[in-house]
Amino acid sequence: MRTVLVLLRKEFLQIFRNKAMLPIIFVAPLAQLLILVHAADFEVRNVRLLVSDMDRSTASRALAERFNASDRFHVSFTAQGFDAGMHALDAGATDALLRIPVHFEQDLGRKGSAPLMLDLNGVDGQYASLVLLYSRQIIANEQVHVIQRMHGSANVPRPPVEVIPRYWYNLRMNYKNLMVPGLLVVLVTLVGMFLSSMNIVREKEIGTIEQINVAPIKKWQFILGKLLPFWFISLFLLAAGLVLGKLIFDIPIEGSVPLLFAFAAVYLWVMLGLGLFISTVSDTQQQSMFLSWFFLVIFILLSGLFTPIDNMPHWAQVITWFNPVSYFVDVVRLVLLKGSSFTDIAGHFAAIAAFAVAVNAGAVLNYRKRA
Amino acid sequence: MTGAITIHAKALTKRFGAFTAVDAIDLDVHAGEIFGFLGANGAGKTTAMKMLIGLLMPTAGEARVAGYDVYTQSEAIKRSIGYMGQRFSLYNDLTVLENIQFYGGVYGVPPAELKRRTDSLVHDLGLKEHVNTRLQSLPLGWKQKLAFSVAMIHEPKIIFLDEPTGGVDLITRRQFWELIYAASAKGVTVFVTTHYMDEAEYCHRASIMVDGVMAACDTPAALKEQFKVKTMDEVFYQLARSAQRAE
Amino acid sequence: MKTFRAFIHKEFLHILRDRRTLLVLFGMPVLQIVLFGYAINTEVKEANVAVLDQSRDERSVSLVNALFSANWFRPVETLKSPADIDRVFKAGKAKMVVEIGPDFAKRFAEGRAQIALIADASDPNTAKVVTGYAAQMIAQWSRRFSTEHTVEVLPVEYRMHYNPEMKSVFLFVPGVITVILMLVSAMLTSISIAREKEHGTMEVMLVSPLRPGMIVLGKAVPYLVLSLLNAAFVLVIGLLLFGVPMNGSYLLLLLEGLLFILTSLSLGLLFSTIAKTQQEALMLSLFVLMMPTILLSGFIFPTSSMPWALRAFSNIIPAKHFIIILRGIMLKGNGVAVLWPQTLVLAGMCTVLLGISIKKFNVRLQ
Repeated sequence: MRTVLVLLRKEFLQIFRNKAMLPIIFVAPLAQLLILVHAADFEVRNVRLLVSDMDRSTASRALAERFNASDRFHVSFTAQGFDAGMHALDAGATDALLRIPVHFEQDLGRKGSAPLMLDLNGVDGQYASLVLLYSRQIIANEQVHVIQRMHGSANVPRPPVEVIPRYWYNLRMNYKNLMVPGLLVVLVTLVGMFLSSMNIVREKEIGTIEQINVAPIKKWQFILGKLLPFWFISLFLLAAGLVLGKLIFDIPIEGSVPLLFAFAAVYLWVMLGLGLFISTVSDTQQQSMFLSWFFLVIFILLSGLFTPIDNMPHWAQVITWFNPVSYFVDVVRLVLLKGSSFTDIAGHFAAIAAFAVAVNAGAVLNYRKRA
Repeated sequence: MTGAITIHAKALTKRFGAFTAVDAIDLDVHAGEIFGFLGANGAGKTTAMKMLIGLLMPTAGEARVAGYDVYTQSEAIKRSIGYMGQRFSLYNDLTVLENIQFYGGVYGVPPAELKRRTDSLVHDLGLKEHVNTRLQSLPLGWKQKLAFSVAMIHEPKIIFLDEPTGGVDLITRRQFWELIYAASAKGVTVFVTTHYMDEAEYCHRASIMVDGVMAACDTPAALKEQFKVKTMDEVFYQLARSAQRAE
Repeated sequence: MKTFRAFIHKEFLHILRDRRTLLVLFGMPVLQIVLFGYAINTEVKEANVAVLDQSRDERSVSLVNALFSANWFRPVETLKSPADIDRVFKAGKAKMVVEIGPDFAKRFAEGRAQIALIADASDPNTAKVVTGYAAQMIAQWSRRFSTEHTVEVLPVEYRMHYNPEMKSVFLFVPGVITVILMLVSAMLTSISIAREKEHGTMEVMLVSPLRPGMIVLGKAVPYLVLSLLNAAFVLVIGLLLFGVPMNGSYLLLLLEGLLFILTSLSLGLLFSTIAKTQQEALMLSLFVLMMPTILLSGFIFPTSSMPWALRAFSNIIPAKHFIIILRGIMLKGNGVAVLWPQTLVLAGMCTVLLGISIKKFNVRLQ
């Protein structure tokens, strides 16, 4: 045990002595959390809509006004024809083009129906389909008003079934509630895994590893001595991030915080063990860096952080079963937002514990003191 | 030399694929002896040494260090020996004291005893004012001497030194050899590789490796007589001329 | 000139000898494109839905069947009481619960039926989309029983330009190219210089007859070549494997690419004057470069939806402008006439960054 303590003391001394790394380890991830959470949002706002109104009637202006009243759209008008509008779309000067043809008002009065044309920049399909969805909502709203104007309010058709949507766990539909915990998990993982994966290989490159190898240190003592410092740092970052998230974004903490940390403790054994494993198989820091980067990209993209795992094709969902990050992203949301209990996440626990055993056994067995 | 045999090797061999790095070497080193292990770069010195200290598994042959078998008892060997590698092995971002405490702790020296040894070590090396200085700001000569003393912190019966004086000035080399003599006088076996032939003169016995084979092994005086030359440098030159491998 | 050639040769050897790094460098873009092309889907489909039907009459059963008839929803569980709702959500088993109260058929006949769509809004986007789908399907279902014929007053005809099938891979290929260029030119360069500092070989080079400018150039050229190769590789995969269109000029693409690589290289150089160890260089590049590049450039999240402060900030990220340029050239077939503002911004950044980093590099030497 004393050997492990001696190793720990040395690692901590080295970490806290490196004045250049300290802010990168402790400040950068938290600052990133505070900034990036504003960016990580699929919500659609500030859509630039160009209205090419060829009718210039009361009805056409009322429609455009309804778009302008929505806080999602910034409406501008073009007096020129559709070609000019299409040109603006090509040049990226607008996100969507609404064409209101001539005789719009006349058609509404005579035929009871007047068509509209909407041209969307579909480069970002998800964004475009949301723009389409919101446009249709606004147009449907206007439709009700048109009917009221023409036929009186009694004639607005009522649906036979009233649908009442209810949003649980996030009444105000705040996307940050989802992203703060998720991003925090990823940032903690990034720091922990990069630091641990560069550690042993760094001693290899500097040459100090040889002295350690001829010393009577057991493999598990060595791995433990290397793993624990990053374990403490990562847990600390997680705690600090949660406090910041609560204070600044007022994220809900419905479930048990000790439960969350218990899971995090096991989870970090997996990720840090993986980092050390990479460190033992790499020859240079550059290699270990790129190997970790490689794994992290897969882990993060398939974690369900940005896009729900349920949206993925089946084969990709199968891969996520072997992705430790996806378990933690899930657990942090379940526990914080919904207050899930241990029994709810027992399956996650079992899986992550199995990973922890496998990965650390791999790291211990792979670290060879002699060739 | 009459002390007990502390390092023993018989037909010790290491092959890497088709390449035989060390070819069936025999040696016996006694307690308190300073044994010089000489050879050109690539002759197989470092490989042979790494097998003895348990960093490399031999391909064939037998070897015992401090009475322990290199195949099965490498951890026991590690507890009984000290080692100072070619590359600087202390941490530059830790202080003198922290380095001593780290390696002392790793070798399981009891705290009270470690404190006593640290005090005398610091005193002997004249590092008293520098205990809290980080290594990166000390001159290389001091760091090498400190590395030697740290390798001796658990008072091993045998110490292996792999080109310990590479890159240091003449005065520091002289001081370094004084440390080696002091250790030898206390009965410690010193196994040292070097390519400075003047240092070979300081050894009790010297062996010269050429192409993985031990070409000669005797006291410096006997070697010079055998080859009918005046210096170890010339002995080495005669043997090394026939070498096929070069770096 | 001969020494300079030798120096570049050495840099190439470093890169080519390290097979594992090369494998990752060329394997990663492929992997990213495949993941973005196939796995990362922003479209909600086959969401798990549980049903709490307290009527179990002819109408309610017909409605539930209609909900699951298309592939939008997958039935997971039939709940017995409202207390079960919390349980399925907490275990993460369902995204939405459809709650039908008692006497549904009777109320339906009277025209006052109600259905509650309870969504797990911990992910608000999914919640919104799922309830939206369900509401649409319920409306469609109820229309079966109405005799009135309704004319749509304001029918909308829409067209999705540049990416009619709304394939996300079209969106992500330019993004992946950008991130890879950034990774290779900025991150790798800064790490490679930091590595020479750590090993002490930087000093050896500085005392060599090479002028500092030459050393910098010698470091940059191999990574420039590597970046270009890598970008071309991603482009070819995108075009051949995923049918991403290339509507613009290849020459313009190459020139703009060079401009962006040069900008990234100067960033890498700047970082290397700050970082003393490889670890510092990596962490700096990671947190100052990679994360903002991925999240604030419009690669995944549209910049236009961000709060104004972030939107303003995103303008100083070179990748944002380069992504606009790439998407413009590839998907829209834009030329310089349209893309000159972004090009000008990039050129400006490049000049400033290169100036600062060369100056800092020289100062270090004195």
